[in-house]
Amino acid sequence: MTMEEKLGGSNGEDGGRDRFPIGMRVLAVDDDPICLKVLENLLRKCQYHVTTTNQAITALKMLRENRNRYDLVISDVNMPDMDGFKLLELVGLEMDLPVIMLSAHSDTKLVMKGITHGACDYLLKPVRIEELKNIWQHVVRKKKPDSKDQINASNQDKSRGGTGETGPTSSSSDQKVSKKRKDQSEDEDEEGDDNGHEDPSTQKKPRVVWSVELHRKFVSAVNQLGLEKAVPKKILDLMNVDGLTRENVASHLQKYRLYLKRLSSVATQQANMVAALGSKDPSYLRMGSLDGFGDFRTLTGPGRISSASLSSYQPGGLFGRLNSSAALSLRGISSGVIQSGHSQTLNNPINGFGKIQPAVVPANQNQNGTLFQGIPTSINQLSQNKPTNHFGEFNRGNDPNAFGVATNFQDARVTVGGSSNTLPVSSGNPLLLQSNTQQTQHSGGAFGNQPSSLGVTSLNQEPFDMNVRGSSNFLDHGRCSENWQSAVQLSSFPSNALSASETFSHEQLPSNNLQESISWTSSHLSSSPLDLSSSMANPANLEDSRGNISQVGLNNNVIQNIDYTTKQQWGDSRHDYNGNMNNSFSRGDSLVPASGPMMDQSNVISDKMNDVSLFSQFSGDSTYVVPHLDGEKSAFDTKSRSNDDFLFETKPQNGFNQNSFEPSENIMMSMIKSDQNNETPLMDGEFGFDAYSLGSCI
Amino acid sequence: MERNPMRRQLASLRKSLFDQGYLDEQFMELEQLQDDANPNFVEEVVTLYYRDSARLILNLDHALERRPLDFSKLDGLMHQFKGSSSSIGAKKVKAESTLFREYCKYGNAEGCMRTFQQLKKEYATLRKKLETYFQLARQIGPMESANRPK
Repeated sequence: MTMEEKLGGSNGEDGGRDRFPIGMRVLAVDDDPICLKVLENLLRKCQYHVTTTNQAITALKMLRENRNRYDLVISDVNMPDMDGFKLLELVGLEMDLPVIMLSAHSDTKLVMKGITHGACDYLLKPVRIEELKNIWQHVVRKKKPDSKDQINASNQDKSRGGTGETGPTSSSSDQKVSKKRKDQSEDEDEEGDDNGHEDPSTQKKPRVVWSVELHRKFVSAVNQLGLEKAVPKKILDLMNVDGLTRENVASHLQKYRLYLKRLSSVATQQANMVAALGSKDPSYLRMGSLDGFGDFRTLTGPGRISSASLSSYQPGGLFGRLNSSAALSLRGISSGVIQSGHSQTLNNPINGFGKIQPAVVPANQNQNGTLFQGIPTSINQLSQNKPTNHFGEFNRGNDPNAFGVATNFQDARVTVGGSSNTLPVSSGNPLLLQSNTQQTQHSGGAFGNQPSSLGVTSLNQEPFDMNVRGSSNFLDHGRCSENWQSAVQLSSFPSNALSASETFSHEQLPSNNLQESISWTSSHLSSSPLDLSSSMANPANLEDSRGNISQVGLNNNVIQNIDYTTKQQWGDSRHDYNGNMNNSFSRGDSLVPASGPMMDQSNVISDKMNDVSLFSQFSGDSTYVVPHLDGEKSAFDTKSRSNDDFLFETKPQNGFNQNSFEPSENIMMSMIKSDQNNETPLMDGEFGFDAYSLGSCI
Repeated sequence: MERNPMRRQLASLRKSLFDQGYLDEQFMELEQLQDDANPNFVEEVVTLYYRDSARLILNLDHALERRPLDFSKLDGLMHQFKGSSSSIGAKKVKAESTLFREYCKYGNAEGCMRTFQQLKKEYATLRKKLETYFQLARQIGPMESANRPK
């Protein structure tokens, strides 16, 4: 009942700002008129400047009109027109405003969900004025993106007594969110990565809009440094963007990490799938990082993805197989990928999947956790290990995307398998497929963030971008997608995957080219691979893809599936990414996403997939992942290229790697998927590749 | 002054509401929000509550007539109701809501129905009492209301 009231208040924004926290501008959203009225008065009592609305949609509109008009948003969780969490993500992604959740429910899961979606705090109704007196701190925290920000997410939650545990993200929410994101498909309004915003509030630094481009740079910088080692200062230096402060980067990084984490938690679930794959190697996930995000390496590390998750899939299964040939290949790829995180690693795998094999294998073990091995683990790892695993993250949503990512994806991407953390795509790339699967579920939302998984180590950056969108809102698929277009799609993840793929592809090949190519910016993705990522990102999608990929089970099936999915995805989504991608990606993604590079290739992969039978192909053929690396690449390239080359636009060649990866990833994914089969949706669309694909290869 | 006895009466009425468990601290919070700028805040909120929750009660009634019972829907409705009730500090009503939701969780139809009847009773009782309270408060005058003991 409460109508929107714009408090024109005497506190004018300026006046308020100067006497911060007095005059802090709060937007209160609650469908219950009584609560809203009470809340409004409580806030006024705290001397804040209050605006109220009883509809989430209206709130969003108001925020979009001028995001600088508000400092803080307080929103109820249960609302009829839009889920509070979705709104939370959107706000975080689009406007980067602190959001406080309100609910009469003190359910732990909900609180966790709120946190994982990026809420600064979680208050229980009825709200007391004492609690509201301190909410201004969240605004301050947000404004200071440096170290404060990093702990912001965690601290805020912790510090606020009200907030619940900062437990792992609930994949369910992620999925839901991701799905939502997909629906949202809002255009990224962020543009201009500079701090162009006027000072919305006192002490606030101009908000930086993390455009796709910017995010891409960010992700690539992170990849270069390695997720674990990525520090804002270095990232900033690498990015070399005017007007960007370390604080901006720090806060963005934090979100990214959160996103990856979210993905990994998704991946964890998926990890089981991955585990099935047998890839214990977290490295797989790493692999995803193709680009060697570096951080993604974490993926590579077996530890990364929580091998458990991966292992859960089938430790011996797919991965085991993967290890053999495909695995190796993938692993190689992944290792290659993962290891360096950057494409470098990937390059190996990708280029010569065959080559990688040997290398991969070892690499996998260590870093990549052996593509396949790692895949499951990586996937887990990806998701878990590294938030940076963007790649892994990629996996997150999307099925063990790790696969898709040709393991290189960076396990992180691979998170597909595991919770978004990009399944270490075990190998970085394709493995991402694996993780993706896991992630997929998760990714749905997370995917957006996942970008990294795709092994796109380089992509990661991009993916992250996507993630960034909603780091907390990774799920905001829609959001991500938008920006990246296809890649963005990943926002949920898939896109990431794809983006990653692209990046991977590129990266893998050129090792950094991918980044460019992949740069999420969906530009590449648009081609299709990205779609995968996007798809991947969209858990929802993934699910679809996964479904497909599951079959892949490494064998041609996977490829088939993947192919199917990818094809679909790419075919349609290619350009469509945003919408399709996610979906398509899911399918194809599984395969593709994981492999970031593959992703691009996704299209290619799809095609390839058929042939590739993922792994089998990997080993020898380009089965996306592996094979492609070298020879395949061309195959992929061609394919992907044909598709649109989106991903590889820049680098057909590079993309190739991706391609290779993708297949492998797909394989992995399929593997993972196969293993998981019942695994979460990730398998579906996420990468579709699900570890299974990979496994099949083996 | 003749207001004094009334004020005393008001104070004791208020106290009894708390003592008997009809209201909890949240109501006091609302009172704190009432000031010169918002002289009738509490009454406004309570009025709003009864108006809005009437709708929920009606929906709950309807939902409880269906067979079989849709517990998740019932739970959802009651969740909303509970949120509103807790916002004004309606303690007993809130307690019944919680109980109702528990029954919903376990699919106990009878428990739900029984609790709901009880809830409606409490809801009506509180309403009457609050109406009396506000009437009295208004008689005392705005000044008094503003100075109502917190």
